[in-house]
Amino acid sequence: MTGQQAANPQSGSGMSARKKRFLWIGFGLLLSFAITALVVKGLSANVTYFYSPTEVAQNVAPKDRAFRIGGMVEEKSLRRAADGLTIYFGVTDSAHTVKAVYTGILPDLFAEGKGVVAQGKLDENGVFQATRVLAKHDENYVAPEVAEAMDKAHKEAVLKTLK
Amino acid sequence: MNSFKYASPAQFYPLAGKLVSVFAVLATVLLIIGLIVGLYLAPIDVTQKDSYRIIYVHVPAAWMSMFLYVVMAFWYAIALGANTRLSAMMAQSIAPTGALMTALALWTGSFWGKPTWGTYWEWDARMTSELVLLFLYLGVIALRSAIDDPRRADKACGVLAIVGVVNVPIIYMSVQWWNTLHQGATISVGERTIDSMMLTGLLMMIFAFWFYSIAITLMRVRAIILEREAGANWISELSEVKGQR
Repeated sequence: MTGQQAANPQSGSGMSARKKRFLWIGFGLLLSFAITALVVKGLSANVTYFYSPTEVAQNVAPKDRAFRIGGMVEEKSLRRAADGLTIYFGVTDSAHTVKAVYTGILPDLFAEGKGVVAQGKLDENGVFQATRVLAKHDENYVAPEVAEAMDKAHKEAVLKTLK
Repeated sequence: MNSFKYASPAQFYPLAGKLVSVFAVLATVLLIIGLIVGLYLAPIDVTQKDSYRIIYVHVPAAWMSMFLYVVMAFWYAIALGANTRLSAMMAQSIAPTGALMTALALWTGSFWGKPTWGTYWEWDARMTSELVLLFLYLGVIALRSAIDDPRRADKACGVLAIVGVVNVPIIYMSVQWWNTLHQGATISVGERTIDSMMLTGLLMMIFAFWFYSIAITLMRVRAIILEREAGANWISELSEVKGQR
């Protein structure tokens, strides 16, 4: 540091030392952003919270271990088994649909046409054996009176959040 | 040099005192009206029923948690670069409020998540990065407490705070970059995805949280000035200090 200061006659004054410090801060900030961008890019496959039905159809989702699938509960796909606890439903992103089975308690917001995230494994028949089911909410907040009119837009918004 | 007049603690201390009362009154009024609008006048949400009303605390707290971190890092950058005392004190005074807002956002979010999603906590990108933000705030606070010399603490905390600022865009963009359980932004420029009465209440609460943060930060920075500049002549001449001695 002292060697550099001796080499640069300007750095003796207060103003240029301050400029230098700001430059170092800016450089450090830039560097940490660059490193973070690389880490984020490298980790992006691991950061994904769920796979879409299309990714399952394209074999992007893991075959032999548990993962989460996210989508919309397909309209008119919901069936209850005689035991009252087991349900069958389709998870769709409008392009592809994955059949799913789940036994257990469902969140209140779980319904046909609503967002869902299920955790589990694909069995040999390509049916998703869910061990856990969560409801996925969209960013819309609507009063009951206007809800019906917006029903269509609402479904599009849910699909949009799935990419 | 007039624009830097208030960079001196002696000049800033009385100004901050006046601003505290203005922002405290604004925050209280907006908080009361905002809560009335949000909790009584706004309609229920068609799918979530009443549980959506947690957004009136959750959204403002989450916004402030991210924004306050950027402001804190900004003041630390000024303190490190220009070696100014007051900017470090400003940064020091923001950290506890930022940590409070982060904790509030996580806590209310968790209580909303249980009835809505069916879970208190999931390790999705939005929630995890917000938790990292809480640890960053707590880290900055703990680091300061660990170093006795305040000027040395300024430097150490400054480096930590500035490096940590990379987390803020990650939190903000996480719902767009990755598949997350957390939904996207409700209020965005150009498109509105919320009922107008709900929006009115929410905006009032957002401003209430803003003004609260400004008031409490200025209040705290006054205490920090008194503590760190305790030997200065102008402090011993303050009426509130004279009475104590």
